Amino acid sequence: MRNPYRTQKIAFSLLFLATLLIVVPVGLIVIVIIFKGFPAINWQFLSDIPRQGMRSGGIFPAIIGTLYLVAGAIIFALPIGLLAAIYLSEYSKENVLNRIIRLAIINLSGVPSVVYGLFGLALFVVFFKFGASILAGSLTLGIMILPVIITTSREALESVPDSFREVSLSLGVSKWQTIRHIVLPNAIPGILTGTILGLGRAAGETAPILFTVAAFYLPRLPKSIFDQAMALPYHLYVISTQVPNVDEKIRYGTALVLLALVLFMNLVAIIIRYQFRRRKKW
Amino acid sequence: MVKIFTIKDLNIWFGSAHALKDVSMDIYVNEILSIIGPSNSGKTTFLRMLNRLNDLNHNCKMEGNVKFEEEDIKNIEVELLRKRVGMVFALPLALPLSIFDNVAYGVRMHGKVKKQSLKDIVEKSLQEAYLWDEVKDRLNESAFKLSGGQQQRLCIARTLAVEPEVILFDEPCSGLDPISTAKVEEAMVILKQNYTIVLVTNNVKQAARVGDRTAFFLNGELIELNKTENIFTAPKDKRTDGYISGKFG
Repeated sequence: MRNPYRTQKIAFSLLFLATLLIVVPVGLIVIVIIFKGFPAINWQFLSDIPRQGMRSGGIFPAIIGTLYLVAGAIIFALPIGLLAAIYLSEYSKENVLNRIIRLAIINLSGVPSVVYGLFGLALFVVFFKFGASILAGSLTLGIMILPVIITTSREALESVPDSFREVSLSLGVSKWQTIRHIVLPNAIPGILTGTILGLGRAAGETAPILFTVAAFYLPRLPKSIFDQAMALPYHLYVISTQVPNVDEKIRYGTALVLLALVLFMNLVAIIIRYQFRRRKKW
Repeated sequence: MVKIFTIKDLNIWFGSAHALKDVSMDIYVNEILSIIGPSNSGKTTFLRMLNRLNDLNHNCKMEGNVKFEEEDIKNIEVELLRKRVGMVFALPLALPLSIFDNVAYGVRMHGKVKKQSLKDIVEKSLQEAYLWDEVKDRLNESAFKLSGGQQQRLCIARTLAVEPEVILFDEPCSGLDPISTAKVEEAMVILKQNYTIVLVTNNVKQAARVGDRTAFFLNGELIELNKTENIFTAPKDKRTDGYISGKFG
C-alpha cells in the first residue's frame, strides 16, 4: 500500500543524497589541495620569481599574469556583454532572427575552450598581429566568457518586473531612461552573478591562453599588454606534466593559490551582490 | 463643454482577437468619466489606448481616429503624450525607491529641477493625493513599507507630480479595503477640479458615486454612454440595465 509519509521520506532522502554527492567531492578537492598545498605557501612563494627551472622560488609572475588576464577579459567582456544583453532583453523584437541569435549565444557557452584558443590564435595573434600577448589572451578569454555574461545579464534584466517598466513609461519617461534608472539598478545582482561566473572561468582556463599569451617560463613581470605573461593554470600544467621532479608541495601550492584567487574574487562579487540585494525591496 | 479627447471609429485587435469595435466618444475637460463593464469587455484596452501604453504590446493593432486636444495621438511624441495623460494602475505599483524618490522620479527624469522646487512638487503632489500627513515624517523610507492603500495614493501622487492634464485610473481600488477606497475616491473628486479623469472600475457603485458620466462596455462595444444618474436610473439599453442591476457580469 502507498504510504505518503514514507514516500515523502524516500524523496527527501534522495534529494539529500544528491546534494551530498555534489558537496562531498567539492569538499574533498578543497581539503586535499589545502592540506598538500598549504606547507608551500610562504611570503617567498607568493612574491618571488620561479627559480631553478621552476623547481623552487615563487610564482609571483604567474599570479600577476592571471590577474592581468582576468582584468583584461572583464574590461572587454562586461561592457559589450551588458550592452548586448540590454539590446536582447529590452529592444529586440520577437522574431526568428533574434531567436537564432539567442540560441547561438547560449550554445556558444558550450563551445570547448580549446576552440576559443585556436580562434584567438587565428584572429588576435596572427590576423591582428598582436602576437602572443596579454592583449590577445585577454580578448580570447573575454570572448570565451561573453556568452555567460550575456545570458545571465539578459536573464537578470528580464526578471525585473514589467510593471516597473510600465509605471516608468506611463510617466512619460523615455525608454532609455527607464532602462538606465529602473531596470539596470534592479538587475545588478544578477549581472554580477554572471560576472562572477565569467571571472572564475577566465581565471581557471588553460586552453584559451595556451596559444595566445602563456609563457612557459618567464621569470619577470610583463612590461606591457603586448608582452607575454605566465599564468597560474598554465604554470600548474607545466610544472605538473612538462618539468620533471617538481616538488608536489609546489604544485599543490600553485593550485591552492589559483583556488584562493578565484574564491577571493567570487567573495568580493558576492559581497557586492549582497549589498545590492539588501536594497532590493520587492 | 470643452473636448479633450475625440475618439472616432476606434478598432483594436490583439492578434486575431477584436478587443474594441467601432468605439466613438468624446471626453470632456474636468469631468470624471467612469467606464464599467464585465471583464474582457475592452475597458482597460480603451484606457491604455489613450496614453498609447498598448504600443508596448507588439500584437496590438489599432485603427481609427483618436485626437487629444485636436491632435492625432499618433503624431504626438509618445513621451509627451504620456506625460500629459498620466496613469494609475490597478495594483499599487510603487517603484523600489524611497517615498520621496517615487514621487520625484518622473520630475527628475523630465529635466533638472532645483532641490527646493522638487521638494515643493513632492509635497504638493502628496497633499493632493491625501497622503502627505501620513508620510511627511518618513519620506526617506522605502515605499514598500506603506500599506496597499497608501501605496496606491503614492502612485497617484507620483502621477500628479509630472503635472498631467488627464489621469487614467485602471481599477485603482480593486485591491483596497473600503476605507482606503473611500480615500482614493475622495481624492478623485477633488482632483476633478484641475484634471480630467477617466476611471475604469469593476465596482458599479463606485462609478455611481464619483462619475459625472458613465460608459458601459460589453464585448468590445460601447453599449451606452450617458450622464451617470441617467445610466443608473433610466438606462436605455437592456444590457446596461442587466449589468448594473447585477443580473449578469
